[in-house]
Amino acid sequence: MAPDAGSVRDTDWDGVRLHIVTGKGGTGKTTVAAALALALAGEGRRVLLAEVEGRQGISQTFDVTPLASAEVRIAHAVHGGEVFGLSVDAKAALLEYLQMYYKLGRAGGVLERFGAIDFATTIAPGVRDVLLTGKVYEAVRRRRDHRAKGPGAAPAYDAVVLDAPPTGRVVRFLNVNHEVADLARVGPIRSQANSITAMLKSPQTVVHLVTLLEEMPVQETVDTIAELRAVGMPIGGVVVNQVREEILTLDVLEAAARSAISRKDVAADLTRVHVRATDALVDGLLAEARDHAERVTLERDEAKAIADLGRPTYRLPSLSEGVDANGVREMAETLMAQGMA
Amino acid sequence: MASVLDVDALLGDPQTRIIVCCGAGGVGKTTTAAALGLRAAESGRRVVVLTIDPARRLAQSLGLTTLDNTPRPVKDIDDTRGGSLDAMMLDMKRTFDEVVEAHATAEKAEQILANPFYQAVSSSFAGTQEYMAMEKLGQLRLEADRDPDNPRWDLIVVDTPPSRSALDFLDAPKRLGSFLDGRLIRILAAPAKAGGRAYLKVFSAGVNVVTKTLTKILGGQMLNDVQTFVAALDTMFGGFRKRADHTYALLSAPTTTFIVVAAPERDALREALFFIDRLDEEKMPLAGLVVNRMYRVSATSLSAARALGAAEELGDEESLRSSGVGSSGISERTAITQGLLRMHAVQAEIAARHESLAKRFIAGHPGIPMVEVPAASGDIHDLVGLRAVGDALAGH
Repeated sequence: MAPDAGSVRDTDWDGVRLHIVTGKGGTGKTTVAAALALALAGEGRRVLLAEVEGRQGISQTFDVTPLASAEVRIAHAVHGGEVFGLSVDAKAALLEYLQMYYKLGRAGGVLERFGAIDFATTIAPGVRDVLLTGKVYEAVRRRRDHRAKGPGAAPAYDAVVLDAPPTGRVVRFLNVNHEVADLARVGPIRSQANSITAMLKSPQTVVHLVTLLEEMPVQETVDTIAELRAVGMPIGGVVVNQVREEILTLDVLEAAARSAISRKDVAADLTRVHVRATDALVDGLLAEARDHAERVTLERDEAKAIADLGRPTYRLPSLSEGVDANGVREMAETLMAQGMA
Repeated sequence: MASVLDVDALLGDPQTRIIVCCGAGGVGKTTTAAALGLRAAESGRRVVVLTIDPARRLAQSLGLTTLDNTPRPVKDIDDTRGGSLDAMMLDMKRTFDEVVEAHATAEKAEQILANPFYQAVSSSFAGTQEYMAMEKLGQLRLEADRDPDNPRWDLIVVDTPPSRSALDFLDAPKRLGSFLDGRLIRILAAPAKAGGRAYLKVFSAGVNVVTKTLTKILGGQMLNDVQTFVAALDTMFGGFRKRADHTYALLSAPTTTFIVVAAPERDALREALFFIDRLDEEKMPLAGLVVNRMYRVSATSLSAARALGAAEELGDEESLRSSGVGSSGISERTAITQGLLRMHAVQAEIAARHESLAKRFIAGHPGIPMVEVPAASGDIHDLVGLRAVGDALAGH
């Protein structure tokens, strides 16, 4: 089955196979990546959700046992879709790579003893990132039937979602070619980096950014989009997370900001519904409204900065209960309704 | 009863010489570090704050407009108690260059700085930022103690890098240090030396496997660069491990203390706890936990449920009334009160969630001194904002 054969809905990212999700720390990028994976797995698809920093964010989000370097099913989506989870480990990826291409055998142990594996996976600049992105690259290209060849063969996964490093490190992480270019001008690492880069920069891939309506996360989103663009990475959508419900109208917010709401009227209304309208209570409510108005004003500025980016934007409401496995499903529904998947 | 983190006692204790602020990304480490530094300075201490990656406007408010790797005085602080505040932003590449320049001959230093492998390690190795943050901390401490009778600083507050894991800054120095001083790099540097004696035959066979495989993976030219790099670094061997050990000793000294910063969210608290356990394992002194950005309401006497109920009741009453009179002025006014009640309900619910997360944490870990800092309604980017955070940290 070709990736699009079963689809009856138009989504913003039809044809994309690799969704890379980044965002500043604390914006909820792992949760959004998880929700996106669930949303993409609708209509009976198979989706891989991968993390590369060993944080076990995926297993915690879905409340399953910690992930290892083997792909395991972590969730069912509606209509039989499945989400698989993977925590990519550089060391395991390197050993797998060596085994696959060099039939290493016992030498693996020797390399380990001399610290060569540690060297290659943690210290040699760029090599670690080539190994991590390389594993994701392999998963995107893998065929369901590994003997099948050619463009018509069904892929093992209809889509891969990568919970990528946060905005501060993501461009360097994805720009593997540049990272190893000065060091490895020839050799297998270099050619591996070339193939990965070709896929990352193809229309099959997009990088989505998760943000909150706060100064730092929005600033980092704007900066990261510029950096991604400069290195030729395809930019995806912007997901605004934890959007507060709009309760007060603009007029009321303005009045609150100017402290122009009548204390007397509010107190009278409260008394009518048998709430003891003490000074502390009324003043408290008005102070809350002032603070709220201040926040909303800041949020509007940030929302405008995001709108100015001109990217498809998705808004996820703040979940008052916090995010658990059910919350992720709710978020997935919202993303589907907004056309992200 | 849970213990309270007494920030003023901590800042006022002359035995406190280094405060390390750590925690997950996005919880407000930098702001906390800056606020602690300012509060200490305004209470009379001579403080330097080392920040890693401050928000642009916060950096500006601290006078950090140029990234020149040197502490600069922060203007407009209250120095009536004789304190001072300097701040700096870490430049990891420059810090690394300075280490090389300080420990190698001029000629060797030049070779090292020009080496492509060195350039890559010093600007992009995942642990370099952590390593250099700790290196800089060591340097600041040396600088502070240069004249014991008149120390330039008597308190260093350091912010930790936004790492893959909050623990990287503990591990990175050791990791990089042990690599740079380690067996592998010596083998790479001088494979010929290893083959001489008989009992080294097996060893040298191993060396061959290692070099051959590394050549296969990395390409011969990269290995070449590594070898030249290592040869140039030869004079500095031992130095890196020693420096890593020194940093470690500095971090576990009784005059150093850690403040773990978390947000009132499940994941951030879990990470904070993980970090606290690790500090305990390493016998590093924990001052306590700051639970930052606690949502608070002002109208504390009204619960979320009661507020929602009242809003509904108000609507019902209104529709009853308007079927009779129908004055639009009243209805607009009521809409305001209704809005206030609904807004309060949402905020009270978030506040209650934060409160219960914090309570559960305290109940589970009664021995960890803690302080809660309320969420500010705007971004913090000036000394006034930092002072307010400082007050909150001190429990006012």
